[in-house]
Amino acid sequence: MKTLLASLRAILVLTALTSIAYPLVITAVAQLAFPASANGSLVKNGDQLVGSSLLAQKFTTPQSFWPRPSAAGYGTVPSGASNQGYTSRKNLDAINERRTALVAGAPADLLTASGSGLDPDISPAAARFQAPRVAQARDLPVATILKLIEANTQPPQLGFLGERRVNVLMLNRALDRL
Amino acid sequence: MNPTDWLQLAAFLAALIVLTPPLGAFMARVLQGERTFLHPVLAPLERLTYRLIGIDPTREMTWVGYTAALLTFNLLGFGVLLAILLAQGALPLNPQGLPGLKLPLAFNTAVSFMTNTNWQAYSGEAALSYFSQTIGLNFQNFVSAATGLAALVAVIRGFTRRSTATLGNFWADLVRSTLYILLPLSLVLALVLVSQGVVQNFSGYVTAKTLEGAEQVLPQGPAASQIAIKQLGTNGGGFFGVNSAHPFENPTPLSNFLQLLAILLIPAALTATFGVMVGDRRQGWVLFAAMLTLLLAGFGASWWAEAQTNPLTQLAANMEGKEQRFGVMNSVLWSTATTAASNGSVNAMHDSLSPLAGGVALFNMMLGEIIFGGVGCGLYGMLMYVLLTVFIAGLMVGRTPEYLGKKIEAREMRLAILVLLVPSALTLLGAAAACLTPTALASLANNGPHGFSEILYAFASAANNNGSAFAGLTVDTPFYNYALGVAMFLGRFVCLIPVLTIAGSVAAKKTAPFSAGTFPTTGAIFVALLLGVILVVGALTHLPALALGPIAEHLLMLQGRSF
Repeated sequence: MKTLLASLRAILVLTALTSIAYPLVITAVAQLAFPASANGSLVKNGDQLVGSSLLAQKFTTPQSFWPRPSAAGYGTVPSGASNQGYTSRKNLDAINERRTALVAGAPADLLTASGSGLDPDISPAAARFQAPRVAQARDLPVATILKLIEANTQPPQLGFLGERRVNVLMLNRALDRL
Repeated sequence: MNPTDWLQLAAFLAALIVLTPPLGAFMARVLQGERTFLHPVLAPLERLTYRLIGIDPTREMTWVGYTAALLTFNLLGFGVLLAILLAQGALPLNPQGLPGLKLPLAFNTAVSFMTNTNWQAYSGEAALSYFSQTIGLNFQNFVSAATGLAALVAVIRGFTRRSTATLGNFWADLVRSTLYILLPLSLVLALVLVSQGVVQNFSGYVTAKTLEGAEQVLPQGPAASQIAIKQLGTNGGGFFGVNSAHPFENPTPLSNFLQLLAILLIPAALTATFGVMVGDRRQGWVLFAAMLTLLLAGFGASWWAEAQTNPLTQLAANMEGKEQRFGVMNSVLWSTATTAASNGSVNAMHDSLSPLAGGVALFNMMLGEIIFGGVGCGLYGMLMYVLLTVFIAGLMVGRTPEYLGKKIEAREMRLAILVLLVPSALTLLGAAAACLTPTALASLANNGPHGFSEILYAFASAANNNGSAFAGLTVDTPFYNYALGVAMFLGRFVCLIPVLTIAGSVAAKKTAPFSAGTFPTTGAIFVALLLGVILVVGALTHLPALALGPIAEHLLMLQGRSF
């Protein structure tokens, strides 16, 4: 009985510390020090909220760069992956279908669905691969598009962490501003 | 395998090795109740906490009293979490107006977080309110890890104390672990994560109008505070359904590096804590070396497998289920570390890993989560393999086996074997039961051997309290919610109770002095022997099942077969 009472009190006290005080302190400091990143790295065109720089959104027109395929159709609540294995016929069919839809030579990241279903980035190769289509649809020289891709390519963080990548939403916004 | 891949790997290993001694020594001071640099700030809070709980931190407990306090605290915590999840719809901090969970899912989730498993049969952003996440799950993230630390320190006391009936005070160990170790580390990590883009707010979801004019709902929530402890406490339960693959949960390569480090940080440093507390740092380094060897072997095999071209898709880079910002190397380093450490968070979908990389993840869990393992439980699990090793060595030379001066006798061996075999039995029997249940088979997302791997992975993950998944398997069904819930519960406590029994048993023994006839448990020979025992036990128990899953799939893949 004494142990039960101590357990109950321990739950209450430790809840106050770890589940009320701790998240509130983090929230307060986060909102003061990093308001943009704490609220979802939102992207606005004027007053209009157009998305988050961290989450992929669907682009289908030839004038835009396309993000990596999403097994959940770019849904956010919840997002999801294909969860198909190496020997899955379903996955093989999906990859071959994307191969047919794109011209030959598409990089792997454009043929495979991402882990989150919301991968905001593509590889620089995947961006360059799409450059001729975008250039033609926008009636712009390919060189202009390639320069824009170069300017929007993020190097590995701190020089060695992660892969080189291009944020699709930011690239498309830059494209609209040309 | 380009130069930056090797550089990242080297940086990760260097950080882990460099941080182990200082953090280990710090934790030893905390767990022994000695002063640290945090005491000027936290000691008054610690004393206040004891007063509010109504306990005397200096009152010693027998192993029975210690176990009873631990179990009562955990079971009551389970009840509270279950009630929160069921009543979610009527509780505050629910801007999306989400209803309460159904009983099977609430049961599964409450067991899952209480046992430090953090198996997720739900998607956080679609199913849980901020109240459930913060007051419910986040709380268990802290105390399930602190429970592991408390149990470990009780076991270490069993080996270091002589002829005594007591193992310390559970409440003091629980409070000190939470206040001095888990909370400060989480505070620092959470803030760095926010700076990288992990969301931290209590606002409702916002709706954006995309550049193509569609509506996109952007989920929000207090994620950073929860993700910091999720990694540090080897919990692994994501704020979002796709876990650390979600850009709001793991937005940059730096956040990925730090979360990956946080997965192994405390379990690795605990080997140094062990060395300090038993008075011989080499005893800790020996365990660290054995763990690191297994981690690197598994990682090497996974990385090699992922670097091969998939003969079916003809893709050289296997990016299915992976994120561009992390790439292949960071994804398989994570899949190896998270399954080695009973963490279970993922930054890439394990279901889409190559057959052998998925097989390594499965095998890591099947060894019993002892490659660094969970906070506390990883090391006490490894100590059971150590006991088995000194026992076998003792048999070979015909002497009574000893570890740290304590005679290891039939009673301890019976209990240690129980700890090693129960999770394996739960894994294999559970998977067998699922294979014979039509409703369980209807949950499969993949056909052929990979389908069997999905089931095997689920039970290995639950029974060993890992929590990662081959997530294609539909597990929010009554069968899996209850079967896996029971496996998680038994996997945690049927191991924890015998471990504390052993602690009580060896505490009561005299400590024999080290003599010429003592089998040394430091040095390379012991590491090799320990690794041999781990692999023989792990391989013999699980090889038949692995042959039917990942190994069969690998061979059929080479023949170009799809299912």
